[in-house]
Amino acid sequence: MSQRGIQTTNIDILVEQASQQVAAEQDPLPLMANAAIHATQAGIVQQVQQIAALMRIDIVRMIAEAGSGHPGGSLSAADIMATLFFGGVLRYDPTWPTWPDRDRFILSKGHCAPVLYAALARAGFFPVEELKTLRKFGSRLQGHPDMRKLPGVEASTGSLGQGLSIAVGLAYALSLDAPPPVTAAPIPGVATAAPPPAPAYPASFRPHQVYVLLGDGECQEGQVWEAAMCAAHRRLGNLTAIIDANGLQIDGPCAQVMDLGSLDAKFTAFGWQTREVDGHNPAALLQALDPASRPPDGRPLAVVAHTVKGKGVSFMEGQAGWHGKAPTAEQAATALAEIQLSAPTGETR
Amino acid sequence: MSGGRDEKKATRAAYGETLIELAEAGLDVFAVEADLAGSTTTAKFAERYPARHINVGIAEQNMVGIAAGISLADAGKVVFTGSFAVFATGRTYDQIRNTVAYAQLNVNIVPTHAGISVGADGGSHQMVEDIALMRVLPNMQVLVPADYLSAKAAIHLAAASPGPSYVRLGREPLPQLYSSTEGFAFGRATVLRMGDAVSIIACGAEVSQALAAAELLAARGIDAEIIDAFSIKPLDGETILASLDKTGVAVTCEEHSVIGGLGEAVAALLAEHPGLLRKPLRRIGVQDRFGTSGDFNQLFGDYGLDAQAICRAVVE
Repeated sequence: MSQRGIQTTNIDILVEQASQQVAAEQDPLPLMANAAIHATQAGIVQQVQQIAALMRIDIVRMIAEAGSGHPGGSLSAADIMATLFFGGVLRYDPTWPTWPDRDRFILSKGHCAPVLYAALARAGFFPVEELKTLRKFGSRLQGHPDMRKLPGVEASTGSLGQGLSIAVGLAYALSLDAPPPVTAAPIPGVATAAPPPAPAYPASFRPHQVYVLLGDGECQEGQVWEAAMCAAHRRLGNLTAIIDANGLQIDGPCAQVMDLGSLDAKFTAFGWQTREVDGHNPAALLQALDPASRPPDGRPLAVVAHTVKGKGVSFMEGQAGWHGKAPTAEQAATALAEIQLSAPTGETR
Repeated sequence: MSGGRDEKKATRAAYGETLIELAEAGLDVFAVEADLAGSTTTAKFAERYPARHINVGIAEQNMVGIAAGISLADAGKVVFTGSFAVFATGRTYDQIRNTVAYAQLNVNIVPTHAGISVGADGGSHQMVEDIALMRVLPNMQVLVPADYLSAKAAIHLAAASPGPSYVRLGREPLPQLYSSTEGFAFGRATVLRMGDAVSIIACGAEVSQALAAAELLAARGIDAEIIDAFSIKPLDGETILASLDKTGVAVTCEEHSVIGGLGEAVAALLAEHPGLLRKPLRRIGVQDRFGTSGDFNQLFGDYGLDAQAICRAVVE
């Protein structure tokens, strides 16, 4: 495997020892070749769970190696990201990152870059080994995602509150490529002054889908609601916002720092279709994200995914202090052992 | 030319018209607006290309984010976005910095209503810090056209350039200085009047004031060279240095704070090429003040931006 000047370090050895059993038992790549697993919903869910465990290992390892980073929100989003990338939700080609017919994923909560990098590496956009370069000088894996450096990163993010606007612009521009809506065809000779917004495409057509992941704390940024208002007004039925609602932000519980109340109710009030799910349950996520279950009224979809910050590592779970702190080598080894223990086996049902 | 060259025209009048030209030429142009399409003149573009005109309402931060998203859809999309300069830069600075400039997106910021010439709306709406804000951003190019046709040229240049550009337009009708849109480029200034006594380097609305000052100076026997800086970033150091090599005296003029704008760009250039100046550099501009309500002539007089003020600075 080609590597980018990666050196073995102390922490590397520790975490390698802790995770080698998982790595030996599970070889998730190439995913598409594993047709037997793909054949059933249960198989897909199990595959998502297995890869989510691998991604959690990647997250802990790379942040420990980097000595800084954001484990809490990366771990809370691992099952969501694994579902998107390995549950058959996102359409992409790692050998052609700019494939014009791909769906788009925007990580609005850019500080959780490790979970995106883990997904991209496990999907084959770049070597898994390169994850060790996170946050280091010369690395393509910047502290926050840089679309100009790393293939698979669709937008440079990191300043919170901006990803939904980017996703709205993308979803709008991509929906223009779709055939005109059947129901809203203009009647020849009849001027229709400012018709009400209609779905940008017929229900039978699947335009490029745009997915964006936000944090619940991030929803305190006013720009999120500017974008939410616009997405509903423009009837962007090809837009899905997933909120990783882990309930914590840097200074403590979101409800204490700045309570937003029900995000579900807020997105509903803004004209979105909304669903609340367990963000650690791939089956529930898959059901919520199933395009077939969306009503054809062109409303954008908000999925409020309730999660646990630091999920998978007992001493990080529910702790705001692990928002932006790297584990020591010893803590990382403990964390990796825990993830490994709770990971699903490679056996198919 | 239609309308005649004697007729004054605002640089903002070039905006919507030029977008239509670009679209007619086959470019996949988009305009993203925040409830000021009439004022910024993109309403004309919206009539012709409604699907490519997105009015986001009064939400400028979202406006820039959506512009970025559209440009990400495919490489062929050329996106323009603007508002009054005060909102299009100050209110959206983080969006322009982190989402547009950092990622080198082809999102062009074209604000209208820059400077104190906004007039009666007063200091809250008179943006005199925007050149400074945009100039300091990596990847961002800054053009400040001095008349209607050079504004058209600037918009064409921004569209053809792959990264982000800032094209500063104004509300006040200005004399027409150029007869065509040819000859403009990033990093290229135009010598509008040759002279050997003093180099007056100006941009935007101040170029016509500098030309008027040159006539006043000529009456006193002072032969001024007038340079339309046009491209603030990159700056045409070659043209400016060649002029200074001849005159040894420099005055900069801008409808912008003297902090961070053309004057400081020229000052830095001359500091890096010592020995050219025989007398201290004089910077005409807004002297670390906010604007105030008034009409164009009152304000340019009070803020020391008119031809008489330029003339006084040279004579001193």
